[in-house]
Amino acid sequence: MPADISTAEPAPPRPARRARFLPWAPTLTLVVMLGPVLAGLAGTLAPSVGLMPALGGTTLSLAPWQALFDWPGLPRAVALSLGVGFAATALSLALVILICAGWAGTRPFGVIERLLSPLLSVPHAAAAFGLAFLIAPSGWIARALSPWATGWDRPPDLLILQDPAGLSLIFGLVTKEVPFLLLMTLAALTQTRPGPSLRIAQALGYARVTGWLKTVFPPVYRQIRLPVYAVLAFSMSVVDVAIILGPNTPPTLAVQVVRWMNDPDLGLRFQAAAGAVLQLGLVLLGLGLWRLMELAVARIGRAWIASGARGQASVEQTLRTAALILGATAALAVIAGLAGQAVWSLAGLWQFPDLLPDGFTLRNWQRFGPHLSGPALETGSIAACSTCLALLLTLACLEAEHRHGLRPATRALWLLYIPLIVPQVAFLAGFQTFSISAGIDGGRAAVILAHLVFVLPYVFLALADPWRAWDRNQDTIARALGAGPDRVLWAVRLPMLLRPVLTAAAVGFAVSVGQYLPTLLVGAGRVPTLTTEAVALASGGDRRVIGVYALAQMAAAFAPFALAVLLPRLLWRNRKGLLNG
Amino acid sequence: MADGITIRPGLRFEKLTISLGQTRLIALDCTIAPGEVLTVMGPSGSGKSTLLAAITGTLDPAFTMTGRIRLDGRDLSDLPTEARQVGILFQDEYLFPHLSVGANLAFGLKPSLRGRAERRARIEAALAEVGLAGFADRDPATLSGGQRARVALQRMLLSEPRALLLDEAFSKLDTGLRAQTRALVFETARHRALPVLQVTHDHSDAEAAAGEIHALA
Repeated sequence: MPADISTAEPAPPRPARRARFLPWAPTLTLVVMLGPVLAGLAGTLAPSVGLMPALGGTTLSLAPWQALFDWPGLPRAVALSLGVGFAATALSLALVILICAGWAGTRPFGVIERLLSPLLSVPHAAAAFGLAFLIAPSGWIARALSPWATGWDRPPDLLILQDPAGLSLIFGLVTKEVPFLLLMTLAALTQTRPGPSLRIAQALGYARVTGWLKTVFPPVYRQIRLPVYAVLAFSMSVVDVAIILGPNTPPTLAVQVVRWMNDPDLGLRFQAAAGAVLQLGLVLLGLGLWRLMELAVARIGRAWIASGARGQASVEQTLRTAALILGATAALAVIAGLAGQAVWSLAGLWQFPDLLPDGFTLRNWQRFGPHLSGPALETGSIAACSTCLALLLTLACLEAEHRHGLRPATRALWLLYIPLIVPQVAFLAGFQTFSISAGIDGGRAAVILAHLVFVLPYVFLALADPWRAWDRNQDTIARALGAGPDRVLWAVRLPMLLRPVLTAAAVGFAVSVGQYLPTLLVGAGRVPTLTTEAVALASGGDRRVIGVYALAQMAAAFAPFALAVLLPRLLWRNRKGLLNG
Repeated sequence: MADGITIRPGLRFEKLTISLGQTRLIALDCTIAPGEVLTVMGPSGSGKSTLLAAITGTLDPAFTMTGRIRLDGRDLSDLPTEARQVGILFQDEYLFPHLSVGANLAFGLKPSLRGRAERRARIEAALAEVGLAGFADRDPATLSGGQRARVALQRMLLSEPRALLLDEAFSKLDTGLRAQTRALVFETARHRALPVLQVTHDHSDAEAAAGEIHALA
């Protein structure tokens, strides 16, 4: 070995301090995301067995459960939660599968894809209000048909909204879950790379839908299984949509639990905790049942594939058309519902059965507008803070993965879905108790932390794929030109990925804007946002003020999406390579 | 590099081996002197790009490497990519799409050259050298393939590398342009006394290099 050892060379500058933070980013992210869930679950379990020192509960007791089981509405509430959850999930999934099987790669499908982001950004409460106005006995549909077809000159006494079977609730959930599952399915389709599978199947004589179901669907379902579980858990335990569209006497279990929690009688908190634990048990039971159904369907599906049945073109044509009509109905319902809100917010006198008001006026906005600014500011600042934190943590995790090879196991993906699968009522009340003892209850900071739990998974899911898909050679080139990892991140990777970063931020912002229960419970009712105010107005039934709030809520969720589309176009207007990429 | 007596200039592989599991992909023990070209040939999957990743310091942890790589006497093993002073050109030019042609070159130009006017003049000169005078404000996406290749070459040279790696760098260009660009690259490397390692599966690249050829199985 020649004596040319490079000791004469100065040692290269070591990476800055930030690089030492990066390896900790995944751990920190998990703590921020799962800490509140676990702390909250503990804080719910304890009072459910009588332990809540602040309210005098110091001995282990089953009295809360006794009280829960003594509530006469319980069997019906439990049945509703299960029924609504399964019906909404199965219908949404079936519709998404049929739309993809029947239309993927066609022109109508392109239209559907473009509608996805705006539809997804509509907060659940705003969509539910819109739907309520469409289908109510005094709603737009009834008005359009009256009096010439129905003979009604006053709203009929029909229980369409908040029907005891939960049908309108199921419909409302389907309109919001179809876009979500469709987006997840599209992502899964790019990941599983079906390639020419469908064309090969068609060349072997399979009809389109049958061929898609037999060749493309099985690997796709494996990819969307977690989102489907999240949809099931959400549908079983949703609160805001259920308050607006769901039955009242009794309501679903989750709504009843929230009623008990907000009851002035603090003694009901124990019973509420027991109900929340039962809700968690129900969701776990529901997931177990769904898994069994998956196994059964897979077994039948394998036999169906092995049978070699080609499918009948005429049957499939009917199915395809039905899927398109149903999908369009779901999308139109949301859009028309929002249009209805807009009309109400500008309506002067509007009597049944007139299709439109006698006159349009800005009076409603002038009257309620000033009250909007406080909640709007609160909504915006909470959403901005939680989104920024989520983006920072997500970028740190992805960058740690890139620089230090900390590639998370596939199993880690489960962790991202935990906040989306554990019912909100089951841990938020406990988290409230927890934040009281930490001294941050009822404040904006606690609400931001609670929102972060839900914003993080969505931001991560939205950003991870485009971030990982970035060409590593681009990194090698920039590094070989002498740029350190930090400079590559700020000067190359972030600008190139500006569009997905902004889209992920918009998703996070919309998720935060739409949060009802975390704001209500963790904010102890003292942090009013557009969403909590709007849902609180639901029982009042004043359509004009509801219209104003629902539109404001919608605008708050939608504005960042518009920015995420416009900003890159503006910044990169002279950069063709980024405009189309 | 102060005293050149003990230093062997060039890119030197000392008993270098790279394996994936039990399979040995690369075994090299040689020196590429300044201005010379070593061509490594082999079918796809034979580990050509892996060798380049080992030199740039971007080798996937799944591979195991033994031996040393030295550039002008300096052991590269523990240096991060950005401190290795190794320039690389791929089949795609990887011009940064969000930067103008001039800003792409400025990204490569050493910060030690100070002053906005001086840097701008140096970039203009680099563009003029390859017949692209006045292109500084252009969007890279509007350039032709040959123009992009020349910008990528100049960007790399402005970072003052001490060795040059070519990863199928010419395979996307059509025959006429390919010969022209190749001649430009090799001539520049010889002129600047850079050791060059090219990996390719194309014999005309190897012949144009007029250097040693190392075949991989």
